[in-house]
Amino acid sequence: MHTPTCPPVVRVRDLHMRYGDHDVLTGVDLEVARGEVVVLLGPNGAGKTTTIEILEGFRRPSGGHVEVLGEDPLHVDEAWRARIGIVLQSWRDHARWTPRALLDHLGAFYRPYATEQRPRPVPTEEVVDLVGLGAAADQRIITLSGGQRRRLDVAVGIIGRPELLFLDEPTAGFDPQARRDFHELIHRLTDLEQTTVLLTTHDLAEAEKLADRILILAGGRIVADGSADALARRIRGRAEVRWTHDGQRFVHATDDATGFVRQLLAEHPAGIDDLEVRRASLEDTYLELVRTHLDPGAVPTREQAMTERAS
Amino acid sequence: MNPVTNAITLGVQRGWHEFVIGLRSPSDQGFYVMFGVGSLALMWFNRDEDLGVPGLTLPQLVLPSLLAALVMFSIVITPAYALALEREDGTVLRLRVGPYGLHGYLVGLMSLTLVGILPLLVIVLGGAALLFEGAVPTAPGRWALIVGMLLLGILANLPLGFVIGSLVTKVQQVFTWGMAPIIALAYLSGIFGAMDRLWGWVQILAQVFPLYWFGHLMRYAFLPEAAAVGELTGSWRLGAAVAVLAIWAVVGFALAIPLVRRMSRRQSGAAVAAARDQAANQFVR
Repeated sequence: MHTPTCPPVVRVRDLHMRYGDHDVLTGVDLEVARGEVVVLLGPNGAGKTTTIEILEGFRRPSGGHVEVLGEDPLHVDEAWRARIGIVLQSWRDHARWTPRALLDHLGAFYRPYATEQRPRPVPTEEVVDLVGLGAAADQRIITLSGGQRRRLDVAVGIIGRPELLFLDEPTAGFDPQARRDFHELIHRLTDLEQTTVLLTTHDLAEAEKLADRILILAGGRIVADGSADALARRIRGRAEVRWTHDGQRFVHATDDATGFVRQLLAEHPAGIDDLEVRRASLEDTYLELVRTHLDPGAVPTREQAMTERAS
Repeated sequence: MNPVTNAITLGVQRGWHEFVIGLRSPSDQGFYVMFGVGSLALMWFNRDEDLGVPGLTLPQLVLPSLLAALVMFSIVITPAYALALEREDGTVLRLRVGPYGLHGYLVGLMSLTLVGILPLLVIVLGGAALLFEGAVPTAPGRWALIVGMLLLGILANLPLGFVIGSLVTKVQQVFTWGMAPIIALAYLSGIFGAMDRLWGWVQILAQVFPLYWFGHLMRYAFLPEAAAVGELTGSWRLGAAVAVLAIWAVVGFALAIPLVRRMSRRQSGAAVAAARDQAANQFVR
């Protein structure tokens, strides 16, 4: 997807962020290609929001190079703003407006930026349908449910037909149904508009479902980068074999559990006991990965040591 | 289409939309009725008091001053409250992420502020015309003068609300730094007709602020020439009044623009989330 005629939409090199004497980001490198859906995954406090707010131009990084749509977000003009969309978590703004009036109003700011390929804004009716607001579009915003409100947030984020859409923990506080609806919405968006999407979450399953590529942010750095499949293969391919022999317990990590067990049995014709083969779950490994990166002084657990040796 | 012109047009529409929404809301109606009817009642219950200007009743003398105070109050407090509240609740951020959205927001707030004084003017002027004979002029020439003075007073006071709204860190501070000083100023500036009973230095202090001069110009527009005997120097000081108001307007706008910019730069999703969490915690306590 990344060709010379199609430079990356987001390019970050050695990004640092320090609040007082607390380092939040300690050298983040990341690239997002046009049309990609990239999920920034990490525990609370890992710096996901900080990263995304730097990309949005809301925060000045302590160091590093940031380029979004070819420009430094700290020195951008309003035309750049017209090309990006930000899904904010609404709280009680515009409480007395209706979603329809608000979408009409906010969308109209994008009119001067319409092009042949990207007519702007997206007609309100179309956005209302796309996010599934339905009849709620004509209620006062203060009367909307949490789920409807988040749909409105997404609608506002995409009304300008953005080339790049930022979503910061969009499904925090969603019930399972709302979460599923939201995932479908993101798929529809990227299919229809070739929108590049960068979203943050701390929900592993969500990242797996949505992402073309997952970046795991922990301890101020990107500690893993790959498609959900690749990450899952890398992690799930590894297994732990446990057995006892002569009353002693053994544990061995391997990428080829079958081969190892075959060899193990051949070596011990007298037999072994309590043979057990366990696959590490994606979640276990993610948690371990995050734990050691958050606390560099921590002694790596056995699984972590395995992961690092293998990679 | 020029995006700036577009944003300004949208801002005006936004202000009107918010005004119409407000007219339907009990809290805005309550504000208008309280201040409008309160002002009329104040004049009604003191209508026979003699303020020492021969041939003029208290309502005649106080109405123009009171209008100045009401207009200043409304024009300062509306944007101050809106800015304090709407940057906490994410409105400013919502607008800011769009192209020229901050322009639209500010023009919208200014439009709302301007059109928002109309209901008060209608209630107070309408009520005064019915209740107090001779208090509201009828000659078109006078009205041209009144509108001119109103515009000057508005221009001098409009930036103040934006300055206060950008500087306060909590909505509650708008009372401390906005409402309370204006109420004190109204008293010190002779809005209720008691200025020459105050100490000399207070009189001088009051003349530093725009309200005294706004009131002075409104009285000039409403009252006959001879009413000058009720003024501090016994004369109309038009040049000084226009100069002081112009200085307030210029300095006000010069301060308001960078302050509003600085305030809006500090907005981000995280800032709004922090305010939300804080509000939630207060609610729990």
